[in-house]
Amino acid sequence: MKPASFDFLCPETLEEALAALAEGGGEARVIAGGQSLVPMLNMRLARPALLVDIMRLEALRRIETSGDEIVVGAGVRQAELETWPSLLHDLPLLAAAFPWLGHVQTRARGTVCGSVAHADPSAELPLSLVTLGGAVSLRSRKQKRRVKADDFFIGMMATDLAEGEMIEAVHFPKARRGSGYAFREVGRRHGDFAIVACAAVADDRGLRLGIAGVDDRPRVFPLPALDDDQFEDAINDIAWSLNARDDIHASARYRRELVRSLGRETLKEASRCRA
Amino acid sequence: MPRMNAARKHPVDFTLNGKAVRAEAENRMLLSDLLRHEIGLTGTHVGCEHGVCGACTVQIDGKPARACLTLAQQVRGSDIRTVEALSPDPAKLSRLQAAFRRHHGLQCGFCTPGILMSLDALLREHPDAGREDIREHLSGHLCRCTGYATIVEAALAAAEEQRKEEKPNA
Repeated sequence: MKPASFDFLCPETLEEALAALAEGGGEARVIAGGQSLVPMLNMRLARPALLVDIMRLEALRRIETSGDEIVVGAGVRQAELETWPSLLHDLPLLAAAFPWLGHVQTRARGTVCGSVAHADPSAELPLSLVTLGGAVSLRSRKQKRRVKADDFFIGMMATDLAEGEMIEAVHFPKARRGSGYAFREVGRRHGDFAIVACAAVADDRGLRLGIAGVDDRPRVFPLPALDDDQFEDAINDIAWSLNARDDIHASARYRRELVRSLGRETLKEASRCRA
Repeated sequence: MPRMNAARKHPVDFTLNGKAVRAEAENRMLLSDLLRHEIGLTGTHVGCEHGVCGACTVQIDGKPARACLTLAQQVRGSDIRTVEALSPDPAKLSRLQAAFRRHHGLQCGFCTPGILMSLDALLREHPDAGREDIREHLSGHLCRCTGYATIVEAALAAAEEQRKEEKPNA
């Protein structure tokens, strides 16, 4: 339960960080808050040769509004976004999700982008990012690119991040007037991994339901109106399409049932919050 | 700073319980092990070592955090507070500690240092914290003895006392 040894670099500039990542290839990892990576190091599920600590890079520590997006830099801790004064107004879905996200003690250190990079299939931040239709900015020494959240998560703790790349920021679309948002979760305790988590958006384009904890990555689906005859069949089809599995925490059948019941409740709440 | 070699120890400067300290740590050393093995403060306990049990919780820059999920090298320049700092006089308990004793908020005591550091931060930042806030903070800790009820009672009592001391006429 102790990490294997690694070199450590605390760069003063982003360029220096990117050069080290380029040179390190697959053997170099970024460390920010460490709340997902350090458990992996402790259990030796990760054995990088080099850790690059990005928390001294001031340019990454900003929450900015850019057009209709909120841009959260790679050095922003979860607690900093949680207490950001505009959160409830601009990102109400995240305001609803935060109480479920780890514990006070892990949110104080863990970063928003770190959770996205870790890509746990039951995690709240990746789910929120996918449900809102957000994006991830990636940066390497040679290039910058922007990937839609839905394309960034490709499987169980697997992302589109290439060797030598790091997440520079994540982009959350700002809440639009007349839209409703809701987040619900079933887990053993607040802060435990979700058995199933649901995020819902109700706006002029209709209903969208994001689901985490069932498939190997967060997924989002459009749904017909709650009073539509097609609704039951649609949510049932989603529950069956998600490739639910039995594990120590819950059976596949229970997870499908949660998708149907919790999914409906979350959509109902988002619809109520509209207007 | 240049790249720090894995095979050697490197200095870490930080503030510990109000005093400036310099310790030596390998890159792979956790803050929990730095505190216990290098500095000799064994009040911070180590349980699961992957962030679940909360026994190793200390305050980093005033906020409760897991020492086992923090590399020693990450706290360079930070202000760390451990359970040893709660009472300035080793013969006397702090208000919160005394409430734990009175309300039987501990039995074996293994989880207690971590819980104290979380609740101490909570009561400092939110002097009017109620049952729900306390339970929310406790959700990041495992206690297998008490069933938590007595811990919540102790924290509520300490909060009440603190409010009375700060506003004696209220």
